Amino acid sequence: MNISTQAVQIGLDWETRTGAVTVPIYQTATFRHPGLGQSTGYDYTRSGNPTRQALEDGIARLDGGTRGFAYASGMAAIANLLLLFKRGDHLIVTEDLYGGTYRLFEKVFSQYDLSFTYVDTSDVEAVRSAIRPESRALFVESLTNPLLKVADIASLATLCRDLGLLCIVDNTFLTPYLLRPLDLGADITVYSATKYLSGHNDTLAGLVVVKDAILAETVYFNQNSVGAVLGPQDSWLTIRGMKTLSVRLDRQQENARRIAEWLQSHGQVRKIYYPGLPDHPGHDLLKEQARGFGAMIAFEVNDQSLVERLLMKTKVISFAESLGGVESLITFPEGQTHADIEPEIRIRLGINNVLLRLSVGIEDADDLIADLAQAFE
Amino acid sequence: MKLGTKIIHNGHEIDPYTKGLSTPIYQVSTFAQESLDHFGRYDYSRSGNPTREALEETIAQLENGTRGFAFASGMAAISSALLLFSPGDHLVVCEDVYGGTFRVLTSLFSRLGIEATFVDTTDLANIRGAFRSDTKGLFLETPSNPLLKITDLAGAVELARERGIITLVDNTFMTPYFQRPLDLGCDIVLHSGTKFLNGHSDVICGFAVVSDADLAKRIMFIQNAFGAILGPQDSWLVLRGLKTLKVRMEESQSGAIAVADWLSRQERVIEVLYPGLAHHPGHDIHAKQSSGSGAVLSFKLESLALTRRVLEGVRMAAFAVSLGGVESIISYPARMSHAAMPPQERDARGVTDTLVRLSVGLEDAEDLIADLDKVIN
Repeated sequence: MNISTQAVQIGLDWETRTGAVTVPIYQTATFRHPGLGQSTGYDYTRSGNPTRQALEDGIARLDGGTRGFAYASGMAAIANLLLLFKRGDHLIVTEDLYGGTYRLFEKVFSQYDLSFTYVDTSDVEAVRSAIRPESRALFVESLTNPLLKVADIASLATLCRDLGLLCIVDNTFLTPYLLRPLDLGADITVYSATKYLSGHNDTLAGLVVVKDAILAETVYFNQNSVGAVLGPQDSWLTIRGMKTLSVRLDRQQENARRIAEWLQSHGQVRKIYYPGLPDHPGHDLLKEQARGFGAMIAFEVNDQSLVERLLMKTKVISFAESLGGVESLITFPEGQTHADIEPEIRIRLGINNVLLRLSVGIEDADDLIADLAQAFE
Repeated sequence: MKLGTKIIHNGHEIDPYTKGLSTPIYQVSTFAQESLDHFGRYDYSRSGNPTREALEETIAQLENGTRGFAFASGMAAISSALLLFSPGDHLVVCEDVYGGTFRVLTSLFSRLGIEATFVDTTDLANIRGAFRSDTKGLFLETPSNPLLKITDLAGAVELARERGIITLVDNTFMTPYFQRPLDLGCDIVLHSGTKFLNGHSDVICGFAVVSDADLAKRIMFIQNAFGAILGPQDSWLVLRGLKTLKVRMEESQSGAIAVADWLSRQERVIEVLYPGLAHHPGHDIHAKQSSGSGAVLSFKLESLALTRRVLEGVRMAAFAVSLGGVESIISYPARMSHAAMPPQERDARGVTDTLVRLSVGLEDAEDLIADLDKVIN
């Protein structure tokens, strides 16, 4: 079944009693036991909730995995994955990583003697040479935030398999609609479902999909033990959002392509990062491994004064963190999403004081372009 | 202001924009910004959400703390608080601690290099004896789950304070309505808000409350970095549940007293554990540090066959995990709340296979007693 059909089907077959075509919101903490030693399959919502499970089963299907897991936020999902490791373990990580993930790794988990090496994961050789005897995993963003570097997931997954490393892919920017890392050999995918999957800038959620059944048991144990689970209302809203994933992304990508082309010809834009443009270094790779280029654009303006002007003067596009929703949002990575990354690293990566990131929504492209044009003036 | 009034009037009873008599549900992930240099009070819901904040400020006031933090579950609150500790740190923990807390300490935090020693904290000498030079935390439940053992909070804090040890108290059974550990000098109060605070068996949530500004800063960092936060819908439901905390606690407690008295007079009931009974060990200490005995009691039956009959035969109380709801809930600690503990550990702690835990709800006590009478006698 095609992904866009699968997404619409989430929860559809759940309710047999009433025939309702959406899964009910099971706003319950606990479930009555039929007898001693018996269970309906649900005991306590932290351990399992039917609404959350519909979401978990749904994302597992979309990603072609064995089992899905839903968490209170994308960071909670990633934090739970880090609990798979023990003291002394080493991970190789994408260097232009989301600032929140970087903070979690460096400020929370490094104190437990986990170590991290940050490399350009669009370069398979750079990943290979960072591997050490104590390396246990590769954590890679399939399309990076904010510089939109493309990782060769198939080659990285092969490398990981050869050397016994877990290949964990943060696929937030592409979603299973555009890229299915597990099909390419990765072991785990993780999402800030707050972004494209939920897609309405209204719900915080994190999702994980695991391919191996035994590994999934451990992830489940950690999810239940730490308890950073997604509530039933938010689970339901995420399912609701996912039903329109393909139509939203189709429109967002089309808008993004048009805006990127417009920005490319704008005199006050000196550099543009959008993998849908043929001269983007990851363009051919995405063409081969993915079915689209996403709807995130990063660009550098000629002058620092333009940054504030664009952030303040755009009217249709809101100045706010986050991304992936129906509304277009513009942010300043250096001061917002990537503020937790040390300045010298930011500069080396290219996250500088003239870089803006645009999350393209589903508004009419003409209005978005007109909004940017008036802000530049 | 009396606590009963503070539950209703705490600065969040009226929405400042519309004067609505209920906090709006801010189902949003991100907030538009007006200035590049000065971000507004809210930027991203993981870092702060107005609905969650109303709840956090309310619980902080009720516990007489300065800052409250809402999490996706009680275990998420406890796990987040445990992230305050570093590898090499040692914790002293009450031995019949909730099974979920036991599990996270012995299977996850142990791997991160945090060691826990479990002792009977009803005797302060045991606490003193377990303290080591590397002890950094003391984790208590009083009354404990499920044996309702009483620990002298002020006495324990005195021992911990002079060694610079942080005292954490899981106050789930009492709620601030009956007991405020921060007033007794404890450093961190933790809750499964799923239980009496929310009170309707319909939301999974957790809390941490502190008075110390430095601890507050550190927990806020962890809450944001780790991201195991409570969603806005669930936050609103808990705010709604909290409004009836006083009437629910009073009514449930009077039901519990009646049931405990009746059970004490039944031949087939070997032992009744309830802090409200004059002969309950620690009764006087409990009376000194709390203003009520709560609504959870445990009892031991004469045989396993009778235990099964009671659990499966009661009609008024739902046979389920969890507690603290408007519905009475009867549960079987050996296989439910403490199933995560190895059998020999359970037996050593007195969590035997004829022990039943009853959380008394808002049903009429006469109906509950008649129901129990039918299955026990």
